This record gives sequence, structure tokens and C-alpha cells, in this order.
Amino acid sequence: MTTMISERTANKVQEIRTRSGIRAYLINEPTLPFISMSFRTPAGAAFDPVGAEGLSYMATALLDEGAGSYDSQAFQAELEDNAIRLSFDADRDAISGSLLTLNATREHAFELLRLALHEPRFDSEPVARVRSQILAELDRLETSPNFQASRVWFEQAFASHSYGRPTRGTIASIKGMSKDSLNGFVRSRLARRDLAIGVSGDITAAELSTLLDRTFGDLPETVALPAVGPATPILGQTYILPLPLPQSVVTFGTTGIERHDPDYYAAYMLNYILGGGGFSSRLMEEVREKRGLAYSVYSQLYDTRFAPLWLGSVATSNAQVAQSIALVRQEIEKLAAGEISEIDRANACTYLTGSFPLRLTSNDQVARMLVGMMAHDLGADYLATRNGFIEAVTLEDLKRVAARCLTQPLSVSIVGAPEGIEAAVTLRRKDGIRQADEPVLAD
Amino acid sequence: MTLALNETGTDKSAVHLFEPESCTLANGMEVVVITNRRAPVVSHWCWYKVGTADSPAGKSGLPHFVEHLMFKGTRKVPPGEFSKIVARHGGEDNAFTSLDFTAYFQTIARDRLPMVMEMEADRMVNLALLDEHVYPERDVIVEERRSRVDNDPGSLLSEHLSAAQFLHHPYRLPVIGWMHEIQSYTRADVEDFYAHWYAPNNAILIVSGDIDMAELLPLAEATYGKLSPRDVPARKRLVEPPQLAARRLELKDSRVRQPSLIRSYLAPSLNTPDPVTGIGGGASKARSYALEILAEALGGGATSRLYQSLVVERGLATGAGTYYRGTALDETTFRVVAAPRPEIPIDTLEDALDEVLAQTLEMGVTAGEVARIQKRLVAEATFARDSLGTAARVFGVALTTGGCIEDVETWPDEIAKVTPEEVNLMAREMLRIERSVTGRLLPDVAISERAAA
Repeated sequence: MTTMISERTANKVQEIRTRSGIRAYLINEPTLPFISMSFRTPAGAAFDPVGAEGLSYMATALLDEGAGSYDSQAFQAELEDNAIRLSFDADRDAISGSLLTLNATREHAFELLRLALHEPRFDSEPVARVRSQILAELDRLETSPNFQASRVWFEQAFASHSYGRPTRGTIASIKGMSKDSLNGFVRSRLARRDLAIGVSGDITAAELSTLLDRTFGDLPETVALPAVGPATPILGQTYILPLPLPQSVVTFGTTGIERHDPDYYAAYMLNYILGGGGFSSRLMEEVREKRGLAYSVYSQLYDTRFAPLWLGSVATSNAQVAQSIALVRQEIEKLAAGEISEIDRANACTYLTGSFPLRLTSNDQVARMLVGMMAHDLGADYLATRNGFIEAVTLEDLKRVAARCLTQPLSVSIVGAPEGIEAAVTLRRKDGIRQADEPVLAD
Repeated sequence: MTLALNETGTDKSAVHLFEPESCTLANGMEVVVITNRRAPVVSHWCWYKVGTADSPAGKSGLPHFVEHLMFKGTRKVPPGEFSKIVARHGGEDNAFTSLDFTAYFQTIARDRLPMVMEMEADRMVNLALLDEHVYPERDVIVEERRSRVDNDPGSLLSEHLSAAQFLHHPYRLPVIGWMHEIQSYTRADVEDFYAHWYAPNNAILIVSGDIDMAELLPLAEATYGKLSPRDVPARKRLVEPPQLAARRLELKDSRVRQPSLIRSYLAPSLNTPDPVTGIGGGASKARSYALEILAEALGGGATSRLYQSLVVERGLATGAGTYYRGTALDETTFRVVAAPRPEIPIDTLEDALDEVLAQTLEMGVTAGEVARIQKRLVAEATFARDSLGTAARVFGVALTTGGCIEDVETWPDEIAKVTPEEVNLMAREMLRIERSVTGRLLPDVAISERAAA
């Protein structure tokens, strides 16, 4: 039924290749006089040099803090006064950015982006300010249970791979980040050939092509990135980071599946059944609906480039967190043992295909979808073909892929003052935070 | 849809933001449609004019608990099935509660709209609760409170700040409720509250997306239109006595690594009558629009006064900003926030913050400053029209907080009309220390040092 929905949009994807070889996907949507653009390049925090952890995070935070003839305040005023929204971000795999501009300010918006990429100033004031902001953030995150649960999971699973290093850096690496590292950042990471770009809004392919050449055309064709190889996570462990909290926050996870693996869509459906589907998932049913153990419990596939992952999270009172983790393990084991029905498959299929068009209703959403399609090499016809991949998955596929993927050992990290957790490695804190055996805050 | 929005913000002719259609059903339920034909998708919302500020005494947050229990079944839709049915039809759904309203929504393919309207109308009057579903859900709320508030010292401070700002008016309550009162909720509490407040004449239907009023109205009459109106209590809340003394609080917590500072002032909402004339609407709304401009001038972005002075020029803070929203049924707050850089004493930061405020009062915001902000806010309104959810949400919030459709539609015009004199008048009226609460979030040094020793 709902497969039809996306076709109106799907058939409108235009593939652009500019004179300087830059590629982009565009959907021309003339209803409102603005455009949204997303771009990314596969050179994220995993490529930060040893000792310069957080370089991607700090440099991207500084790209809109002064460029060309504009100092930091002048650059920000240009953005604000013209209602231009420009932002940059860095995760483990990629450097990304987004630009939102009205038609009336479009030329200026792309010029500001060009300046940010080609002539960032890294003046002393914004460098000192952003350094201080990141240091304060790192310190604050020391007691953020969600952040720490995830950090511990990655640090332990990837002890000898750059995925285990902190994407936002350490106190020492941020304090020591040199101006040379920052200055070299764009030139050493951004290449025309690797850029993926998605645009949605009131612009033609010819207009966009000209702007893209002008904005990105002076980037090098390629860059030589440091070698980062595939990683195998260390699994099967339980870690506790003690913090005086009334509720423990848990990250759990195992190996996921490559984006281009033929079994990807079966795994994607399995994740929906396990913990991806809001109130429809088994984890939600067992942990929240039946027992009231948690407000939030979910799982998600991460198609991270060097080690695909299947991660999840749950937050439960300290006294009951062991029960919640046992339920998570039980539901994963049930799926691995093939306890999946045709009804499960059909429900996952109608949701995942029917809800796909809901993710394509605004320029921001469409631009993000398009850049993802290009970055993951899914093809310009993906919006039209994607639901077919989901519909093709059989019950036998689901059982086979569950046995393949969900039989690997799980690693669990717990932050809080959990009770009754056996065979866990308790990590020691280096700071003066009181330990979990002292009175906790609420009831 | 016309593209009447003027990018310079100087055009004083009527600017129509969303161009909705509206009507009222015979049973008193208001209906608003915002047509957006981009995709064959609709966003369907049912808003109730009741929120945590309408909690019964001793049952803070009960409206939020009721919101959770609205998913626990009727005679037609078994417990827990509502969201699963929506999902099986490729839709997404959720609900939320604030101090003034409760809202439920589904985003779904256009051809499934009749189904979700039928289910939403059904649970407006036919909720059938069993203890076995009510009490585990109460435990869920306990965990939700721990996740949102108790696990986060910043949220605890914010909660205390509201309680200190409002001695008497129910805006003092946390939306989710106090823990000991959450733990006291009973099924009878829920049923009583539901019977009082859930009725078509206390609800608003808002649909945005691939539909217009001619298409929606027959569906609305066949579902919600069949429900009978009921007597609904007036939202008469306790009246806050005048605040005559500045209030201060410090929350010390061993989990705090970076201190922060919040200053909250009592401030009129769009619905607050003019204090001199006692008259609401019209001119009194201009007071709130002036405060929106003031919030931007002081703390809206990297070139605002607070950010520029405290963060950039003087290097005292890692961040600084303001928070003000005029859409509230009763008098609300204007908040100023800042966090010191690691080596800066919080006293130094508070003094500097007070200097920025004092200077703004003394010299006033400038005409150029106001014009810049007006141009930006009006231009950004174009972006808001792109999202189905934003359109529905903006009308829902307005209509449950004493506002009307016209308030939303004329917002760009009204913002463009504000003069620097009006902004400065409101700044002088509102930024008075005796009508403020200052909250500090601080590390519990004594405990930290003891543990380290």
C-alpha cells in the first residue's frame, strides 16, 4: 500500500556531477523559497592523530568562528542577520555540515561556507574560548550517565583501535591542541572526490552545480588519510563505572552488520522487532510495558565503517537493573533461537515501509536522507527501491540472520550504583566523586 | 500558498504564516487544518486544555500520568495496542504534557487518517483502566522522573527554581510531579481527573499535511463530532501574591563538575492582562512580543549582549543565554543563564551578568539592534512552514494557552511592529531584582574532597 507514497518524491532525485567533479543528489522542491543542504566526508574523529584526540570536534566547532575578512563576531553576525544556519559536526567516521538559507541570501550563504572551509582564521580569541568550552563540557560529561555508559562501552570494546578513543578529546589533548593542527585540518581531511552532498529546496540543478563548484571546487581532489583498519570489538564483558545515581544507565551491544551485506535489511527488521520500534518492540514490551522497569529501552544498528555495531540502552533503578539486563539477554536469545513469527515479520514490514515517507516531509529531512544515500553508495534510485528490499525479506531470512548475528557475545557497561551484577569489572574513577556505596540522591 | 513573507521584515501588510482553516464542531471541539500537499502524509493532533498546572492538590503531575494511561486501552482497543496499530499502518505516534496542555499525535499516510481519528475519539471518552496496567505504568513514571530529573543536577536546580519563583501559583510544580506524589497516584485519581477534563469541548483537533477542511470536516463530524460535550472545570488557578523580595538558592551536589547560574524573573505571557488597565488581548500582547525581542537582544545567539560580553569579550563564561516563551496561560518567567569558565568564581560571573543587565536598562537596546532581530525572526518564520509537526504544534500551543489563530498568523507582523521604546519599557518593568530568583548549581566540594582523601 504505502510503498506508493515515496514515488512522487523518489522520481525527483537528480544526480549532479559538477565541472570540478563534485557529486550531489538534489530534489527540487519549489514550494518554499529556501534550500537545505547536508554534506559529509568520511574523515572523522577516527583519523585524529594520537595525542590530538578531539581535533575533528574542536576544528569543526571553530570553522564558523571567523573566516576570510570576517572575525568571529562579524562572521556570526553575517549568519544571524541573514537568517543563514550553518553548522559543522564530527563523529567517529565523518565530518559533516549543513546549510539552510533563504533564496534571497543563497549566494552569500555559499560564500560564507566557502570561506569557512578555505580561509578559516582560528584567531586566538575564538580558539581560547572554544578550548575552554570543550574543557568545561568534558568535565561536565564526567558525571553524565548516558555519555559515560557509551564512552566506557567503546573504550573497552575498542581498546586497541581508534574507535576506542574519545571523539571529543581528553583534557590533555584539548589543552594541547596546536594552531598548526587546526590550520591543517580542512586541507588534510576534505577532498572533492570523497564529498557526499544532498540538497532539497527551491534550486535548479544548474544553479546548484555552479554554487558547488564555487564553494568546494578549490578543495584537493584527494587527501592522504592516516591508515585506519577494520576493528574487532572485544565482547562478552560487563563493566561498572560507579556514580552516585538513583538510576543505573546501561549501554549494551555486540557486532552489527555491514551496510552492504545482503543480510542488512533482515538485520534491520530484526532490530525493529527487538528494540527499534517504539512501543511495538519486544524490549519495550518486556522491560517497560509488562514490568515498569524503565522509561526508555531501545536497540539500534550502527553501520559504522570500521566495525558495524548493534547497540542498545536501558535505564533502571539500581535495585532492578540486573533484572532489566537479564530481560535484554533473554529477548536477544529468543530471537537468536528463531522465536519469530510471520506476524512479527509482517508487522515490521508494514511499519518500516509505511513510515519511510514520513522521513521525507521537509527539506531538512530530505537533504539528510540524500546525503546518507550518497555517503553509503545506495544509488540515486534508493528512495524508490528501498521498500522493495524490506518487502523481500522472508521469515526464513529473519531466523537465519538472527542465528548469525545475535549469537555473538554481548558487552554491557553500567553507570550508577547497580545491585546484584555478577562477574563485572568495576572501573575506578580518578577524580573525587563519591563512590556508589554512599547515600544516593533520591528515595 | 502565497509567499507573502517579506524577507526584510519591513513590510507591514498582513503576513500570513500558515493560512489555516478552522471551525468548531457542534459539541464545541475546535478544528484547525493547515494544508501542505508536499507528501501524501498527515500529522493528526488532539490537544487538551489541561496540564500539570491543573493537577489536583497533592497529586502533582497527575495529568502526565493520565497521558501515559491513555495508551492503556478502551473496550475497542486493547491495552498497549494503540501505538502498535498505528505502527502496523506505517505511522508514528506519541504524546506529551506541559504545564498548560496535554497533546497526542500520529503522523501517518493520508489514507489512514480516518482510522487514527476514530481511535483518538474513542479514547477521549472510553478509557477502561485495569490495576494491572495502571500500577506498572506508575513505576515507569518513577523511572522517567529519575532519568529526566534525579539523574541530572541541572534539572533538579531548574525544578527548585520554579518552586521558588512561584510561591502559590501551580507553575511551581514540576511537569512530571514530585516523586512522593507520583508514588501516591491511584487508579481512582486517574479516573476522576479523566472524567473531569477529557471532553470534546475541552479539546482541539489539529491536522496538518495533505488535506483541507472540506476533506477533514466530514471525518471529524463522523468521529469526534459524535461525542457529547460535558461540563469541564474552569481553569481557575491559585493567584500568585506579589513578589517583594529577591530569592536565592544554591544546589550543591557531588555530581556537579561545572557550576552554572540561572536568574529567573516573573514576566507577562501573551495572555497576561496589562497591569495598569487590567485588560487582556491587543495591547497587552505587545508586551510579550517586546520581551521576545529583549530575549534575543540579551541572549539570542553569538552576537547577543550576554554572549558577546561574558563569553567573547571578557572571557568569563563558557555560555550565556536567555529563555522566554510568551505562550503560557498565566504569568510566566524570563530566564537568564550563564556558566563560568573553569577558573572564574561564580560571584565574578554573577556580577558581570548584572552589569550587562544594568547597562541594558540604563542605555537601552538600540534601534539597529531591534531591526536586526526583527529581520532575522521574520525571515526564519519561512523555515517553520516546512515541517508538518511545527505547524500543528504552534497552533496547539497557542490555542491551549489563551491565544487564537490570529496570534500565530500575525506573529511576524507583530514582531516587526515592536519599537525599541517598547522593548526598553518592558525591560525596566520586568528586570527587577525583587521579582527574581537566582539559582546556583555548585559542586559539593566537601563531599568530593572527603571521598578523594
